[in-house]
Amino acid sequence: MIQKANIRPAWVVLLLLLAFTLVLSLAQTDDQGSTGTPRKGSGENTRVLYSRFKNAEENENCLKCHGQSKYQYVNAESQKLTTRRMYAETIIHREEFYVSNHREFKCTDCHSEDYSAFPHPGNLRMETIANCIDCHGGDEHYAKFQFEKIDTAFMKSVHFQKHSDEFTCWMCHDPHTYKINARTTENLTETISYDNTICLNCHDDADRYRLLTDKQKPDIIKKHEWLPNQESHFTKVRCIECHSRNEDTLIVSHYIVPKKMAVRKCEDCHAKNSILTASLYKYQVKEAIQKEGLFKGLLLNGASTVGPDKNNALNIISFIIIGLLLLVIAGHAALRFKNK
Amino acid sequence: MSNSERLYLYPVWIRLWHLTNAILCLVLIVTGLSIQFSNPSVVLQFKVAVAIHNIAGVLLTLSYVVFFLGNLFTVNGKYYIFEVKGFITRLMKQFRYYTIGIFRKETPPFPVTMEQKFNPLQQFSYVILMYVLVPLAILSGIGLLYPQITVNSLLGTSGLNLTDLLHITAGFLITVFLCIHIYFCTIGKTSVSNFKSMIDGYHESH
Repeated sequence: MIQKANIRPAWVVLLLLLAFTLVLSLAQTDDQGSTGTPRKGSGENTRVLYSRFKNAEENENCLKCHGQSKYQYVNAESQKLTTRRMYAETIIHREEFYVSNHREFKCTDCHSEDYSAFPHPGNLRMETIANCIDCHGGDEHYAKFQFEKIDTAFMKSVHFQKHSDEFTCWMCHDPHTYKINARTTENLTETISYDNTICLNCHDDADRYRLLTDKQKPDIIKKHEWLPNQESHFTKVRCIECHSRNEDTLIVSHYIVPKKMAVRKCEDCHAKNSILTASLYKYQVKEAIQKEGLFKGLLLNGASTVGPDKNNALNIISFIIIGLLLLVIAGHAALRFKNK
Repeated sequence: MSNSERLYLYPVWIRLWHLTNAILCLVLIVTGLSIQFSNPSVVLQFKVAVAIHNIAGVLLTLSYVVFFLGNLFTVNGKYYIFEVKGFITRLMKQFRYYTIGIFRKETPPFPVTMEQKFNPLQQFSYVILMYVLVPLAILSGIGLLYPQITVNSLLGTSGLNLTDLLHITAGFLITVFLCIHIYFCTIGKTSVSNFKSMIDGYHESH
């Protein structure tokens, strides 16, 4: 006799759900072991996620505290578990670090080995950090990035001229998150946004701006009020297009110029490329119609796409044709007069 | 001069239209050149030239509508219709007259009559002018006047730039036509009789 299995499908579903929840909660359980060292705030899954990177395991010794906004340690005197907030500036986000150009680095490649001690020794605050050129300068492997030229351009920039050594590469390029962008991008808008964020990190953040000056941070929107279509310029153009001198061989110019030398003339950008000229002309007419009304705005706006520098070859050809035509007419008239 | 030599070929509306058209074309050519070769030292200020050019362009468009409707609804339209068969031969015949025959005092191969106001060369050039070049200049002019309606990009370059090129080319060819037209008007019974006929409406035969 065949016995019919008396299991309701609902029970099967419930059991499976329980098993899944159990596995998930095990995976998310933090290491609760109590040692005298700081406790980490993230889970085992984080280690698994980044374990493929060369020094990820060793870096976790640092990131278990510096990888999030809080850290815990057992107070050696009171033996109490203490939770503290991590200073925002010393937080290294794993998801950013492990996609950055320095993702295969050990923390101690740049920072002192002494950081392995906790609490960290006080003298480490005086630690000198290497600049880009210290590691990349004179290295053939990095020759295509032209670090020497970048360094020379940077020395001429307003940043270095005004602040000298106080202004380091890391003011703009955080070595923990920096990734090559302009060379590899397929999405121009993202690159523009990435590049502009570098500038805005200080120029749109009063606290960071005042790290190097006692002056009030200028209001970027107000300072650019003269700029037509401000929003489009801000999202479609990099700050450095107007605020730096282009160096032919460098993809990203590092010669940031003082504000009085910044590009302010529309035609500096919009005159040479016809598509840009066209969009500028369309904008001019549209704005004139909005301001002056259809009749006045359309007919009397004074805008024209035609200009003397448009096509010189065509101008010359047209002069030659008209000249020849007038010669033929003169010859014809002379012959007619002669035969009269 | 007997009345049989005088043909009333140009009714009032044609003369008024022709005069308007002539003045507007001259204004458009002068202001157009001023815009094309703009220079701070020129007499006509760039903005003024553009404004005059725009207004004259709109008026020329209205004048063209008058011409188009006039040719559609009056007998004047028939002078612009030509028989294709043998047209090249007739064109060449007229061309030969203007280049050789005229100096030998030959009689014109296609004398002006009430049925045939234009000789084949005139017919060909007027049709090209009024049904190709002027409409092209007007349409491209509208495209430049109101740039939002022009395509953004065509064949990898700016649509507006191409419209611009089309407008200048049409304007240039109209200028070439005007030079020839004015000179050929001196070929009449006397060198001013054709100009007179555009005032009183009567054509005087050779």
